[in-house]
Amino acid sequence: MARTSTTAQSSNPPPRGSPRFLLVAAILAGLVILGTGAFLALALRDNPRGAAGTVLASAIGGPFQLVDQNGKTVTDADLKGKWSLIYFGYTHCPDACPTALNDISIALSELGPKRDAVRPVFITVDPERDTPESLKAYVTSFDAPILALTGTAEQVAQAAKGYRVYYAKHPEAGGDYSMDHSSVIYVMDPEGRFTASFTHESAPEQISERLKKLIG
Amino acid sequence: MSIKILAFAAGLVVTSAALAQPTQLEVHNAWAGATPGKAENGAAYVTITSPTADRLVSASSPVAKKAELHSMSMQGMVMKMRPITGLDIPAGQPVTLKPGGEHIMLMGLNQPLHEGQSFPLTLDFEKAGPRTVTVTVEKAGARGPGPAAAKH
Repeated sequence: MARTSTTAQSSNPPPRGSPRFLLVAAILAGLVILGTGAFLALALRDNPRGAAGTVLASAIGGPFQLVDQNGKTVTDADLKGKWSLIYFGYTHCPDACPTALNDISIALSELGPKRDAVRPVFITVDPERDTPESLKAYVTSFDAPILALTGTAEQVAQAAKGYRVYYAKHPEAGGDYSMDHSSVIYVMDPEGRFTASFTHESAPEQISERLKKLIG
Repeated sequence: MSIKILAFAAGLVVTSAALAQPTQLEVHNAWAGATPGKAENGAAYVTITSPTADRLVSASSPVAKKAELHSMSMQGMVMKMRPITGLDIPAGQPVTLKPGGEHIMLMGLNQPLHEGQSFPLTLDFEKAGPRTVTVTVEKAGARGPGPAAAKH
């Protein structure tokens, strides 16, 4: 009798494990995930501190030890004290990498006196071909002073892992190869915390406007 | 005398008609980004217009050991570059190669490409045959052609 009354009253919550309960749970879980995403998106856009202080700040970045274009060892600790714009790429890349580095150069030139507070960093995903010497010649072609980093395959892999950067060698005819790689510009604050990111769709003006707000 | 004038007038008519409506495949706005440092690869971009459907099948230039047609795609945040066998040119619709899309990859450059310099590039089309254009070199990482490229 009690059983019939529960099924008759549709306003009662459905028992755990029933299809309806699972559906409601799935919808609620979806709302929570969407809400978190929306919150993070809003927080990243409106918060002058960007992602610093949110869960994302510690999700991207991490310890690394690499060598710069002058042969000097550089670790993540050396990046502290300035804002960093970090881009992973490779010098044999004819399109996306020069575009990103030129966008960064234009954005920095629009920062005026604040440009000295920002350090662009280019980390190769192709340590096999990108020696400190070739990186040095490469980055001096851009207007901004870029710190270019390479290392052993293991050192580069560790840096890329920290920044959630994917890369893979794609062999081509004749023994040549290109690199598939994540194409993202990361903004790290002077404490080394992830703060914001830009993609190939971000125009230099958008990058400089965002940086002005972040640097304050 | 009057025949000469007539011929001249006819010539004018033909020329203005050609200007208004391209009667054959045209390649313009040819540009490339300067190559940073000793980078061995560069990318060139053009705009192609053809009154009839055609297909770009290969490219070559004396500045590089070989030139290949490449496409770039973003899968999520991951940039992938792949050789393609050709590029369809639909009738009457301009096709613009640009950063982030298709490009002509110049592989094994004999010398770095410097901003302000120019070089020849030959494109082979399935129906229209070869077309040689002058490529203007822009700043490394430029997102489009400058005023000099537009003149060619």
